[in-house]
Amino acid sequence: MRVLVPPVLLVVLLLAAAVAATIGAAGIPFGRIAAAFGLAPGNPALVDRDWLVLWSIRLPRIALAIIIGGLLAACGAVMQGLFRNPLADPALVGVSSGAALAAAAMIVVGDRYLSSAGVTLPLEALPLAAFVGALASTMILYRIATREGRTSVAMFLLGGLAIAALANAGLGLLVFLADDRQLRDINFWMLGSLSGATWAKVGAIAPFLVALAFVLPFIARGLDLLVLGEMEAFHAGVSVERLKRTCVVLVAAAAGAAVSVSGVIGFVGLVVPHLLRLLIGPSHRLLLPTAALLGAALLVIADTFARTLAAPAELPIGIVTAVIGAPFFLYLLLRQRALLGP
Amino acid sequence: MNPVLVATSIVVRIGAKTLLDDVALSLGPGEVVALVGPNGAGKSTLLRVLSGDLVPLAGSVRLNGRTLASYGPRALAGHRAVLSQSVSVAFPFTVAEIVRMGAGDGRGRRIDDLVEAALAEVDLGNFDERAITTLSGGEQQRAHFARVLVQLACGEATHGPGVLLLDEPTANLDLRHQLDVIAAAKSRAARGVTVVAILHDLNLAGLLAERIVVLNGGRIDSDGTPDQVITDAMLERVLGVADAVGRVPAEGTPFVLPHAARKLLPGKP
Repeated sequence: MRVLVPPVLLVVLLLAAAVAATIGAAGIPFGRIAAAFGLAPGNPALVDRDWLVLWSIRLPRIALAIIIGGLLAACGAVMQGLFRNPLADPALVGVSSGAALAAAAMIVVGDRYLSSAGVTLPLEALPLAAFVGALASTMILYRIATREGRTSVAMFLLGGLAIAALANAGLGLLVFLADDRQLRDINFWMLGSLSGATWAKVGAIAPFLVALAFVLPFIARGLDLLVLGEMEAFHAGVSVERLKRTCVVLVAAAAGAAVSVSGVIGFVGLVVPHLLRLLIGPSHRLLLPTAALLGAALLVIADTFARTLAAPAELPIGIVTAVIGAPFFLYLLLRQRALLGP
Repeated sequence: MNPVLVATSIVVRIGAKTLLDDVALSLGPGEVVALVGPNGAGKSTLLRVLSGDLVPLAGSVRLNGRTLASYGPRALAGHRAVLSQSVSVAFPFTVAEIVRMGAGDGRGRRIDDLVEAALAEVDLGNFDERAITTLSGGEQQRAHFARVLVQLACGEATHGPGVLLLDEPTANLDLRHQLDVIAAAKSRAARGVTVVAILHDLNLAGLLAERIVVLNGGRIDSDGTPDQVITDAMLERVLGVADAVGRVPAEGTPFVLPHAARKLLPGKP
């Protein structure tokens, strides 16, 4: 049963991507998509136009949704393992906000000082800043929530709340300082959107997903044992400090990369691992890769809604995921009531 | 015979409080030692030092002649297994998955058999597919004991008999399962495994161990056979309980029944 889950998810992802490619301001049915790829004969006039829409607008956006969905869901699964807590999500506990704050600070402050010095901001500056911001918030959160190898659920959520509030206050301050163009950029961090997807952006964050896929198998066993507690994981042979450092860097890199191109998209990292645990159990060996697959599929679907529900305008995708994810979070919270006290 | 586990002049301080003060202990292969003493005597701290969790301020622990610090976590896990006092699992792993965690990366028929045997030994044979989070406290503890037994067996297969450290292994268990734990530990010792167990029940300690070490205020108060150690004088000195030691008639082994202490309790004399 369990072994069927990854291939089924892969099929779901491919179907979602194919359907998403047909939907948009200019509808392109499956037949014309095949023609545009040169797989079937078609009307030459339409083929060129369809190809242009697909290649320069729709496909990079779908690719971006796949990568970001994969990053966010895997990031959520790793965080939940690291904090031994099913309520972890990078956007919920301030990790994404920290990344967005650092990226926005780079836009406003960096822009102001660098352009007066005659230097333009390099393309890599934003992902790097987002990574540093995510790393700082994850490390602070870890310090707050964990004491002597035990993680307190209440301290984790409240500490995350405080970090998110602080980062959002910082973002507000930057809004105050920003000019019109910078303001649009910052707004984009705060709400989350996949609009403006280009192959260059896809290329910039694809290596993060590849790196993540490469590292995940090595931390799966450690995360399984960490479920017993840090001391018990050490007794069973895990290099706990090294595992924790690896996880913190992974979480920060995944959240930072995702935030740097799409802003703060919440709840993907929360919902996806939870659904999968119901399906395949909590073992990280299967959970981490399948989370990336399901996260990718869900974000492709959510983004299709985001760009069609209010057409010709676009909803920020962060709003779509929040509408689905926030009630789900409440449901999880109620189920975890016992852990949080009366 | 060469000692397996040797602790020399261990000092542990947290802030201004001295938890262990110049404690020395040497354990041979197959030896079973019960650590007893009042709450806060330093028993758990000593066990944490012996397991490598806690690096002492002064003194060192040697396992098979090498200091604990010279082992990596994985190598250490092949030589010693530890049962903590209370383990709470964050996600609903099945009991079989938890017990299998003791085998590390090991797979295959041999591991399957080890897991099954360990589950049977702690009387959880029919619980293998249950989520551990749905079990009672005592049942969870037995599952973790089974996991530790699997780890010990896997280590034994590659490095020979190792060390088994148990922090109050019987605390949440009914009498039947307390005796099962004692029997499991004794059978491992018969194969050459060195066992250290923290116990509060002195009668269980006498049943399990041929050597009892009494800790009091971070120091070793006494160290010897149950016969030598479990005396009225020790109980009075360490626990402040008088006239509690009797003798099993036929065997002459000591037992503790704090009958005299009734005087101190409220209610009828």
